Amino acid sequence: MTKSKFDVIVVGGGHAGVEAAAAAARIGAKTALLSQKLATIGVMSCNPAIGGLGKGHLVREVDAMDGLIGRAADAAAIQFRVLNKRKGPAVQGPRIQADRKLYREAIRRLLREFPNLHLVEDECHRLIIQSGKIGGIETLLDTYTCGAVVLTTGTFLNGRIHVGATKTKGGRIGDCAVHGLSDQMREAGFAIGRLKTGTPPRLDGRSLGLARLEPQWGDDEPQFLSALTTTVTAPQIPCFITRTTTETHDRVRESLHRSALYSGGITGPGPRYCPSIEDKIVRFSGRDSHQIFLEPEGADASLIYPNGISTSLPHDAQEALVHSIPGLERAKIVQYGYAIEYDFINPQELQPSLMTRRLQGLFLAGQINGTTGYEEAAAQGLAAGANAALYAGGRNPYIFDRTNSYLGVMIDDLIVKGVTEPYRMFTSRAEYRLTLRADNADERLTASGIYLGLIGSERSRHFTKLQFALAESRRLLDELRISAESVREAGCELEGQDQTRSPSHWARFPSVTLQSLTRVCPELKRIDPQHLARLDADAKYSVYIARQTQDIERQKADEALSLPSEINYATLPGLSNEVRAKLLRFRPATVGQAGRMEGVTPAALMLLAAHARRARRSPAIIDT
Amino acid sequence: MGILIDKGLVLFFKSPRSFTGENMVEFHITGGRAIKGALLKALSELPGMRQAEAGEFARRAFENGKMDLVQVEGLAAIVDAETAAQARHSALMAFGKVSQQCELARTELLEAAALVEGLLDFSDIEDPDGTTIESVREVLKRAKATLRSLLFNGHVTERLRDGFTVAIVGAPNAGKSTLVNFILQREAVIVSEIPGTTRDFLEFFVELGGYPVVFIDTAGFRAALDPIERIGIERSRSRIRAVDLIVWLSDASHDENEFLPDCVPVIKVHSKSDLSANLLSSDTIPISARTGQGTEALFAEIVRRAADFFIEAGDAGLGTERQRAAVELALAAIDRGLALTGRVEEFIAEDIRTALLAVGRVTGRVDVEDVLDEVFSRLCVGK
Repeated sequence: MTKSKFDVIVVGGGHAGVEAAAAAARIGAKTALLSQKLATIGVMSCNPAIGGLGKGHLVREVDAMDGLIGRAADAAAIQFRVLNKRKGPAVQGPRIQADRKLYREAIRRLLREFPNLHLVEDECHRLIIQSGKIGGIETLLDTYTCGAVVLTTGTFLNGRIHVGATKTKGGRIGDCAVHGLSDQMREAGFAIGRLKTGTPPRLDGRSLGLARLEPQWGDDEPQFLSALTTTVTAPQIPCFITRTTTETHDRVRESLHRSALYSGGITGPGPRYCPSIEDKIVRFSGRDSHQIFLEPEGADASLIYPNGISTSLPHDAQEALVHSIPGLERAKIVQYGYAIEYDFINPQELQPSLMTRRLQGLFLAGQINGTTGYEEAAAQGLAAGANAALYAGGRNPYIFDRTNSYLGVMIDDLIVKGVTEPYRMFTSRAEYRLTLRADNADERLTASGIYLGLIGSERSRHFTKLQFALAESRRLLDELRISAESVREAGCELEGQDQTRSPSHWARFPSVTLQSLTRVCPELKRIDPQHLARLDADAKYSVYIARQTQDIERQKADEALSLPSEINYATLPGLSNEVRAKLLRFRPATVGQAGRMEGVTPAALMLLAAHARRARRSPAIIDT
Repeated sequence: MGILIDKGLVLFFKSPRSFTGENMVEFHITGGRAIKGALLKALSELPGMRQAEAGEFARRAFENGKMDLVQVEGLAAIVDAETAAQARHSALMAFGKVSQQCELARTELLEAAALVEGLLDFSDIEDPDGTTIESVREVLKRAKATLRSLLFNGHVTERLRDGFTVAIVGAPNAGKSTLVNFILQREAVIVSEIPGTTRDFLEFFVELGGYPVVFIDTAGFRAALDPIERIGIERSRSRIRAVDLIVWLSDASHDENEFLPDCVPVIKVHSKSDLSANLLSSDTIPISARTGQGTEALFAEIVRRAADFFIEAGDAGLGTERQRAAVELALAAIDRGLALTGRVEEFIAEDIRTALLAVGRVTGRVDVEDVLDEVFSRLCVGK
């Protein structure tokens, strides 16, 4: 038996795993990425799209920390489209359709750039625990020692695939599930729950009548997911839009009793935000039609992903359902849809670094924490991988927080509130939405990334240039002067104004954009158009952001009020049993966190704040 | 061992269905200090038993989530209530009426938030469901109406605490002091003489027909030559502009009501009616404070006006400065949101968020997850 030694071992090669391994490697850790099948590293198991509302924000944040997902997505993109283009910049989400094969290749190419990252084809079946700490892992073939482990097992923990009444064990169609690990976690006392998700049937592109359907092309001017991308590399092709019909709904209704979801076969809750067609028809019985996006899985469009009809109906019912849809009458199903149930660990077991409270050195990321989505997984992978490397190197963790990133919002939501259904990111989850925009992720995060050693030289150079350019542009916008008359001349409505002011002043008016001011103020053309859009958004939101800054300060004050881990909640007077039990179990790190826990009453919070303040002054209430 | 103290009734309330939410026991005993003393002594000898601290039951109810902040404040107000009407309003607060209204406003704001968040987070991926920014505005206007009525009623609640103010106004020697003395003699239930007011007018607090009423005895009004008297008159005039009712006394020889402000309702009283009973206009109440003749009719009229004032206010109003400040903050945010024009979704969303936080602060609850729950209960979303 050989003995291999690593700083960080990442188990699982999905979106969380590759991001975790790459982040650990960037920080300099000797890292192993362990996967059952190396060929599946970087596979997109569900829909062939990356980004969107909230999700595009996460991708840009991972990119700002020099992660892989943005660059790989751009390299694989067969369509670039910004969602919510008609709405404000804070709620726009960049999104791409990806060619699966190109995406996988891009990820593997990016992973190969790290000499200290080793790809290992093997299966982890036990964690080696030494006095409450991770010491290594046992695999099918070997034993490894390491400083930290990142588990990113996705749907593979006790995975069970449902099609109609048929149940098979598996982590994904064609791949085996993992069983030993979740038993060991359960024995170690982790709270384990069950969730489900689903996927639609995949169709042969050549069997579809696409010519009759409405095509949906990408944007004329592509917005890349990565700041480092400069050109479109893959051929650009359209998606198509079709709809379910009343016949579809009849077919689904008559087979409902044979659906794994409705026959009692599945117990775990599924994502509300990505419901199966069965769910949509039962829950929204008043609607007689639902939209379906036909998304090509590759540039050759030979395989089509019909987004919107995820199902666990038996095969014959899936045929009937698909054939009732315009354009799909003669569709050949290449792979049937299925639902999958899997174990997840209650994320309230985690610290903000994504290390578990129970086992030092064990980090969790992705679906194992109850989330859904590539972007959510990748973002957690980045945070867990970076912190695993920092931990293995004896350094302090880096904490993403609600005021600097969607990543911080997500981690805080997960560890404070836990999940009752698969967690998906939305812009409405971020209370500082106007500040946390997809277009300024680099300004929010890259400097911290450089400090941590997470940022490679190419991005460092790019970021330094960006900072100079933005500073120069801001100076220009403050120093230039434009008369109200010229603003009107530029085509902007402006009532009751007659002064001469700076472009940054005028840009605060809803009817004025910096882009339109370039018509009357040629100096503004010196500013890169993308930067100009970003600075325009800064100006538009500035009034609201000033108000939010106060909230941020208040939140920071609550976050600064830390609750010592030695606080004995059992003897702290004035707490209800319910709140006491919650505090004992999940031990919030700060008063701010406690305030976001479900069921922690304002009264309990006041008590905690008082105790936290007192604890700072004297250690009297601390139980020793 | 046991000595018989009394025969009584013992009620056990099992957690969580009790006032505090904890297990509770009530002893109903015959009464009398000796029995009560013996029972308390016997109880206090049990291990772990002690007397409750002031407000401890309410505090525990609050801490266990049985009462929200408004209810606790209402309970405190009941304990402090000095008049029947005050107690009634405080009870509305304590028994959840104000919380219900806040909850209604919160529900409306949540609905508005859900609609606008739906527009922001789902409009591009899911079929449009007919929601527009106008639908958001409509819901927001409803929330505004709910909050405004809470706020308006809040002014009444404030009056219930501070009293319905009645200024007694008239020329010097019109009989004001005689009337005041009569009220002071008649009203055995004088609650307090309000301290700290200027010597130019005297305020005193009585309960009249169950309502808290503050009478204000002002300096006599006339075109004074003495500069000191003139200052006194000026102060009285500015004070009476802010009262709820004016009792205008005249003794027929003077009728200088040019001193009266337009904005305050007036009851005209002909004083010293025992001296000149024949010179009356129909809307004037004749009284003689000296004999007491006509004063009952005057008091009845004041009570009627006070009742109108308090009834007009409906039932539930905000009771404390803390609650009022929060609701005013929410209203300001709603107004800001409603005033926006153009492409406004994410701005309105911010204003709604601010309003929700503020309303949540009144009763102490608010959560982002609430908004998403609301979104998903009304939208068919998926990608």
